Amino acid sequence: MEQRPNVYTDDKLYKRLLADKDITIDDALENEMVINMGPQHPATHGVLRLVLRLDGETVLSVVPELGYLHRGYEKMAEDMSYIEYIPHTDRLDYTATLCNNVAYVLAVEKLLGIEAPKRAQYIRMMAAELSRIAAHMVAIGTYAMDVGAVTMVMWTFREREKIQEIFDKLAGARFTTSYTRIGGVGADADSEVLKMVKDFLDQFHSSLDEMDKLLLGNRIFIERLEGIGVISKEDAVALGLTGPNLRSAGVEYDIRRAKPYLFYNEIDFKIPTYAEGDCLARYFIRGDEVRESVKILYQVLDKMPQGEVMANNPKHVLPHKTEIYSKMEELIHDFMIINYGINPPVGDVYFSAENPKGELGFYIVSNGTGQPWKMKIRSPSFCNLQALSKICKGAMISDVIAIIGSLDPVMGEADK
Amino acid sequence: MQFKELVTEKLKNQFSDSIVEVTDFRDDLSVLIKKEKIVEVAKFLKDDGDLQFAMCKDITAIDWATRKKRFTIVYQIFSLRNNFNLRIKANLDEEPWQIESVTSVWPGANWYERETYDMYGVIFSNHPDLRRMYMPEGFQYHPLRKDFPVLGIPGSLPLPKVIK
Repeated sequence: MEQRPNVYTDDKLYKRLLADKDITIDDALENEMVINMGPQHPATHGVLRLVLRLDGETVLSVVPELGYLHRGYEKMAEDMSYIEYIPHTDRLDYTATLCNNVAYVLAVEKLLGIEAPKRAQYIRMMAAELSRIAAHMVAIGTYAMDVGAVTMVMWTFREREKIQEIFDKLAGARFTTSYTRIGGVGADADSEVLKMVKDFLDQFHSSLDEMDKLLLGNRIFIERLEGIGVISKEDAVALGLTGPNLRSAGVEYDIRRAKPYLFYNEIDFKIPTYAEGDCLARYFIRGDEVRESVKILYQVLDKMPQGEVMANNPKHVLPHKTEIYSKMEELIHDFMIINYGINPPVGDVYFSAENPKGELGFYIVSNGTGQPWKMKIRSPSFCNLQALSKICKGAMISDVIAIIGSLDPVMGEADK
Repeated sequence: MQFKELVTEKLKNQFSDSIVEVTDFRDDLSVLIKKEKIVEVAKFLKDDGDLQFAMCKDITAIDWATRKKRFTIVYQIFSLRNNFNLRIKANLDEEPWQIESVTSVWPGANWYERETYDMYGVIFSNHPDLRRMYMPEGFQYHPLRKDFPVLGIPGSLPLPKVIK
């Protein structure tokens, strides 16, 4: 039988890191050390693997290794219709499923050149902002837990749980929502949901302040983060950081403001920025963003118009189930869309939305058939992780944990 | 759309013979250039005082399967100052599928090029660290090529053996 190369060796990597130094027991303390962290490490937020080169406790260089959660979503997209792909976007950034749903359908709608009704857009905006709060709650909670404040994760997950209950009512699922449709949303948000959102917001402010009190009154927390993992404005832009990590380095760039999608141009909100670019700034910015999201949500609830939640466009938008069973035309359209797809025009578009982690972009190439010829996902966690080696250089080994937590990667998205 | 015209005009003045095509679909401007000029064009777009495309957001390839120019490399770049997304494309026409790396211009391109190499087998020359991004070292195929089946190739990854 032919000899297959062993794919799991890391000879190359280790050889390069070790260069030509031979470590013996006698001079072990004099030498640099190479250690492996992850992929099964509780502080790496999933299956991120780092190979660290240490001098004592100081990190000389870091090589992140990705791909332990690679499921080939870009390959799968080429083999299914545009509508079939919506549930798979849940599995990208699984802490903010609705943000991914919204970004994907907006990309397809841009390719098709259609627009959802105003009420649907407002519901999407509400869902995305709730999802942003939920994602930031996970980010803050696990971040604090990584640096030793275990209570925090209980408090943030308590708030997140309330949001999940709203999603359960709104989308029919707590976690894998798959709520948006091409040309609208899956179901209208009834008065009960809107009331749940309002009740949640009313009590959220005080619990957010409580959380801040718990952490910011804690000297250990502040001293572990202040001045750690600093990245400059220029480096952040050059390395392609986006989202809170970019804004905490002093760049005021938020796609909701820069290229408004949905109806963010009708909403009044601030873009919080910090000049420091360190781990503490990356904690503060998430808290500030949650507060801005609360402000946005109040306005969305006030301005929510009445009307349809699905666009009237029979060639591209699936009709409602009750209509399929009772009307001939709708039955035919449903048959055509399911069997032949929505057939967007030949061309390629890039659409990006502001996700909790940064800029989530979809680059779709259509050849005019029901399946995309190519779909590329520009995932923010992947791009943010690229800055890790730069930030970790010269830090202490315990700071590496804080830095990973502050960058807040989700491996489902980074590995696709 | 003033800035769009400015970009097109500047590029056409500077690289008159290497701009192949400029298209505008759904308000996305994309410029097809000759692959030999990619680093020069990238440098110009980044350093020009009016344009300042300082951020490279994404790099990927398109596999056209049956076309003679099989691969198109796609660069999504962004100018923070002008708040403008631009798409640069370059066709690869013959084997070996190879193009010069733009990591010297945008350091962030490093991982995107590694990913593209992993998925499509396109070589980026002068890349500082061209390894696979997702697939294990020693894997022989490039999964996003159109001739790689969706179900995978049996035996391409060794599975644990049954011990009797």
